[in-house]
Amino acid sequence: MSRSDVLVDADWVEAHLGDPGVVLVEVDEDTSAYDKGHIANAVKVDWKKDLQDPVRRDFIDKHGFEELMSARGISSDDLVILYGGNNNWFAAYAYWYFRLYGHANVKLLDGGRKKWELDSRDLVTQVPNRARTSYRAGDQDASLRAFRDEVVAAIGQRNLVDVRSPDEFSGKLLAPAHLPQEQAQRAGHIPTAKNVPWSKAANDDGTFKSDDDLRKLYGDEAGLDFARDTIAYCRIGERSAHTWFVLHELLGQANVKNYDGSWTEYGSLVGVPIELGAGR
Amino acid sequence: MSAAPDGCGAPPGGVAVTENSSGEAIIEGTVTSGGAPVQVGYARLLNDDGEFVAEVPLGENGGFRFFAAPGNWTVRVLAPRGARVEETVSADRGHTTTLALGITQA
Repeated sequence: MSRSDVLVDADWVEAHLGDPGVVLVEVDEDTSAYDKGHIANAVKVDWKKDLQDPVRRDFIDKHGFEELMSARGISSDDLVILYGGNNNWFAAYAYWYFRLYGHANVKLLDGGRKKWELDSRDLVTQVPNRARTSYRAGDQDASLRAFRDEVVAAIGQRNLVDVRSPDEFSGKLLAPAHLPQEQAQRAGHIPTAKNVPWSKAANDDGTFKSDDDLRKLYGDEAGLDFARDTIAYCRIGERSAHTWFVLHELLGQANVKNYDGSWTEYGSLVGVPIELGAGR
Repeated sequence: MSAAPDGCGAPPGGVAVTENSSGEAIIEGTVTSGGAPVQVGYARLLNDDGEFVAEVPLGENGGFRFFAAPGNWTVRVLAPRGARVEETVSADRGHTTTLALGITQA
C-alpha cells in the first residue's frame, strides 16, 4: 500500500472537493468546530453522538452505521476524505471506524484541519445538501479491533504500543493535559507496553512524517518487533487510531489492532497488572 | 469544574473560564497579535523534556487552557503565516498559571 492510497493533501482536496463520488467528512474533537467553519462541501460526523451507542459503551451497530451514512448522503462506493482538528485524531479514529465497517475507499487529508487553517485556506459555514443514499455496510472486521481479554493475554506476547503522552504513560497524568483529570480509576500503563506518543509520528503542522522516519521511530527507537502482531491503545482509542493508521496503513504492518477500550477501560479493571514509571 | 466533558470531547466552543477550586494544575492564557485576539491558531503543551503533551485550537478570545500537573511546562503557539511564540512556565496543584502571549504575523 502506498501513501497515495490512504492520504491526500490539501491541494488535492481543493481541486476535487466538488467531484461527484468524493465526499469530505469532518470529524472533530471539539464537535462545534465544524459549525464555525469547514471545508466547502464537507459534511459533519460527530464522533460521540453519531458513532457511539447512546446507552452501552460500544459503537453503533452495522444498521446504525448504514443509517448514519445514508442520512449523510454517502454511498458505499464513494471516496470518503476524512479530516478533523487536533492533528486528525478523530478523523483517524473515523477512518479506522469506516474500515471496521468495510468502507473500502477512504482517505485522510494529511495535516487535517490544522494544516488547512495554518495555510489560511478557505472555510465556509454553508452546510451541503446531499441526497439520501441506501448505504450497505459490512460486518465489523474483527481483525482491526482489540477487546480487553485479548489485551490482557497479549502482555509479553505481542507488541503493545501505548501512544499516550509520557506523563500519562508513567502515571503522572490520567488524561491529556487539555482535559480535566478524570476517567480511569488507576494511572499507569499495561505491562510490557512501549510508549511511543502518537505525536512523534506527526510534524508540527499535523502532517505525517516520512515512511523512513516512521520506520525508524517504531523500529530502531522504540524497539517494536515488526514480525509480531501489535495492539495500540491510548485513553479512549482515538489517538491510537492515529498510530494504527501509521502502522497498518502507512507502514503496511499486518495484524495491527486498535484497543478502543484503552486506558479508560483497562485502568478501571479489577485485578489486572499495571506498571508505573517510564517503562523499559 | 462544571460541565466537564466525558470522553475526549473538548468543551464545545473551546475553553470556558471558571475558578480553579478543583485542585488541578491549570495553565491558561490568551494569544494576541497587535493587541487583537488571535482566533486561528493552536496552543500546544510540551513537558519538561520538550515532549508534546497536548494541543488545543485557540478559542474566540485567543484563549487556551491546559490541565497539567505540578512541574515545568512549555506552551508553544502556532498561527498562520509561520507565526510562533513559546513560553516556559511552572504549574502547581490548585493554582492557575496565566499567560499573555503576543505574536507577530507577517
